[in-house]
Amino acid sequence: MSTDRRGEVRERRVSTGGLELSVAESGDAARPTVVLVHGYPDSKEVWSEVAVRLAEDFHVVLYDVRGHGGSTAPVPLRGGFTLEKLTDDFLAVADAVSPGRPVHLVGHDWGSVQSWEFVTVARTEGRIASFTSVSGPSLDHLGHWIAQRASRPTPRGAAQLLGQGAKSWYVYALHAPALTELAWRGPLGRRWPAILRRMEKAPEGAAPYPTASLPQDAAHGAWLYRDNVRARLRRPRTDPYAHAPVQLITPTDDVFLSERLYDDLDRWAPDLVRRSLPGKHWVPRTRPAQLASWIGEFVVRHEDREGGGQPKGATAAGAVREAPAVSAVRPAPAARTAGVYARRFGGRLVLVTGAAGGIGRATAFAFAEAGARVVAVDRDAEGAARTAELARLIGAPEAWAERTDVSDGEAMEKLAKRVVTEYGVVDVLVNNAGIGLSGPFLDTSAEDWKQVLDVNLWGVLHGCRLFGRQMVERGEGGHIVNTASAAAYQPSKALSAYCTSKAAVLMLSECLRAEWGGQGIGVSAICPGFVNTGITSTARFTGVSAEEESRRRKKAKRLYGLRDYPPEKVADAVLRAVVRNQAVVPVTPEARGGLVLSRIASGALRAIARVEPPL
Amino acid sequence: MRKRGRGRLSGGSVAELDGFRRTQRLAYACAEEVGARLRPGVTEREAARMLRRWLEVRGVRDWFHLPFAWFGDRTAFTGFRIPLQFFPTGRRLEEGMPFILDLAPVYGGFSADVGFSGRIGENALHDKLLDDLRAHRELILREVRERRTLRAIYQDVDRLMVEQGYANRHRAYPFGVIAHTVDRVEERRWSPRVFGFGTQALKGLASDAVRGHREGWSPLWSPYGFSDHPPAPGMWAVEPHLGFRGTGAKFEEILVVTDSADPEQSAFWLDDDLPHVRRWETTV
Repeated sequence: MSTDRRGEVRERRVSTGGLELSVAESGDAARPTVVLVHGYPDSKEVWSEVAVRLAEDFHVVLYDVRGHGGSTAPVPLRGGFTLEKLTDDFLAVADAVSPGRPVHLVGHDWGSVQSWEFVTVARTEGRIASFTSVSGPSLDHLGHWIAQRASRPTPRGAAQLLGQGAKSWYVYALHAPALTELAWRGPLGRRWPAILRRMEKAPEGAAPYPTASLPQDAAHGAWLYRDNVRARLRRPRTDPYAHAPVQLITPTDDVFLSERLYDDLDRWAPDLVRRSLPGKHWVPRTRPAQLASWIGEFVVRHEDREGGGQPKGATAAGAVREAPAVSAVRPAPAARTAGVYARRFGGRLVLVTGAAGGIGRATAFAFAEAGARVVAVDRDAEGAARTAELARLIGAPEAWAERTDVSDGEAMEKLAKRVVTEYGVVDVLVNNAGIGLSGPFLDTSAEDWKQVLDVNLWGVLHGCRLFGRQMVERGEGGHIVNTASAAAYQPSKALSAYCTSKAAVLMLSECLRAEWGGQGIGVSAICPGFVNTGITSTARFTGVSAEEESRRRKKAKRLYGLRDYPPEKVADAVLRAVVRNQAVVPVTPEARGGLVLSRIASGALRAIARVEPPL
Repeated sequence: MRKRGRGRLSGGSVAELDGFRRTQRLAYACAEEVGARLRPGVTEREAARMLRRWLEVRGVRDWFHLPFAWFGDRTAFTGFRIPLQFFPTGRRLEEGMPFILDLAPVYGGFSADVGFSGRIGENALHDKLLDDLRAHRELILREVRERRTLRAIYQDVDRLMVEQGYANRHRAYPFGVIAHTVDRVEERRWSPRVFGFGTQALKGLASDAVRGHREGWSPLWSPYGFSDHPPAPGMWAVEPHLGFRGTGAKFEEILVVTDSADPEQSAFWLDDDLPHVRRWETTV
């Protein structure tokens, strides 16, 4: 039934101040209303992919901003695009589509800039239940941001100012009279769709975008800048406080806006949730599913509130929520780093193999602490269940345990199917499961080789193959972390099978990184080194008696225990690798030293390889 | 029970057990009552002072060690490097925070050392840790009765903690101990303290160490070679301490080890009427 509704788009026109706005509605009108406002140079079609998804659960409203798409333009243009007039338009639309009930507002780019005005002026109070801002700061906040850095220029402040100043080159260009219009109506307008596709690596959507009205929209939209930017930046309002809860979504690779712009935002928006999304500026086109899911969650959370989202008294003023974990107003430096993880991984789906212990378990916990949803996979069902249970206790909104042997292709296929149908497409995949094997090459049987390669290499291959395909098909990026080892570049006379399997994992990661990098899927290989985990108690030693094997296991365990490098530090390296999209990450000092040697003095590594390990 | 200490402990008499039990109960009563009075904003130092006052009013004059209080992530001993970090700080209690009160009074010549884990408001993780401590209490008693070496038991406790997903935080205690002996202490009018530890009690521990060294056992139950011996008869204050990402929980209570041939009698917990034990019984 919901699919019928979402397909049906109802168009209507709303009059405001002598103009006619083109408004499109979809979804059940009895549901909470979500109003999506587009940016520059766009029309409401920029939201079409997001709107289709949201319409399953909400009453979705799109409108063309005055002078854009199907809406009429003010005459004269100068002075017709002030934020005050845009606020009139919004109120007219909101009254038409959701009389007497506050709406949930979502803005992208200039849609977000004007929505900031809507959400901070007194006359809209009670009309907005929540606001999701994507890639568009408030001009008033920006004015204060600039004034603060310009009046007391610290080196860092000055650098931020110059950095954002350079990113804003187009703002100055848009102030050039007539030239902008000429360019858009001429060559720029013709080439824009291709430029956009190349720049954003955006897939071609079902709905036509950009629309044929683009040259006209872009020419009219230039007045958004001319009518507002200079005036507001020079004299920002002193009271631009948000009267509704705000969800701020910042794309990590936005070439027009830096994340620094929002440093002081908690001062203006007392009830704030921050999220960061790997992607470029036009995330409504490139990451529609993720945006729709976050918008939906936020709407639902604030719809549940009494009064449909009036936050008065419901929240402690000054409390900033790092989504979804709660943190203090001025977090300690350590908490601020955790905040980066919370912004990036809050609500994302993370799957970790080998999660019943050691690095896998610590990694699952680190993601859980950042607020990610976690799937803990392991052969050891009980251990995985325990990981999932504790993950929920430390902050994962949801966590599941799955018993699967990564070396079993069929089981992995079943797992991939179950995960995608029950939990969704994995955002971060950590192929961590692995086993150890030590012994001379001639004492290593074909069966031993098979076992090591099955788990250490095929396990990773199955993971990348199955979950990587889902990521590619979804087309919204993702990240794969493969746990290789320092043994991947450090040969050893006692570890031929293990080193070979890990070297293969490292190379596989590098190749996949090259292949999938263009699609926004990052691949990292983690090379931990000697870490105090359970791998020593399950490692096998070939060519020795059972008794000797047990003795060596104990000895190895003791040595690793003496080294005592905690798996939690590796887990932290995993999260950092995802945030920074690092290719190869050695973790312990010896792993880092080994990597340097392998690049500048591989002969030294070969000499070390001949040393008998002290077992 | 073997005759121990400096010739004062006439081993195993019911009266003697009663004496230790009385001190332990008093210490737990103190911890429970002060724990219930803790409110957001109280500092560790204030809490430790409250414990001390409470016991001094009831006649405690000497200590094995002065009361400790740890709040928030200090319950998991995060970043503890030097023993001075054990002492109470100005850390304030907040809503949802776990806390640990650790006190070791000497009362009527009997010493006890107890640990009490609590929390202000809701903290599901802390509840989970407390639940999981139960397996450790059972494991320790079972393996002591089996007369496995203290070092082996220590390693089994460690292994269980790793399986449960936690880190052992007793590793951070001096010598990494999970337990130490407690004894009768001669009551004197003047009982000075060194770094918060009562000199009388320390003297007892030191003489145990000397005697133990001659007889091949140690009054400290640690992961090291000197604990590679079967449990020695006596009173052991056992304190397995779980830590998990900034939350810690432990209990500490006296395990009585005797030289009886009957497994049931060879080792038993001095008292089962303790807050953590009652908690497990009610949750079951």
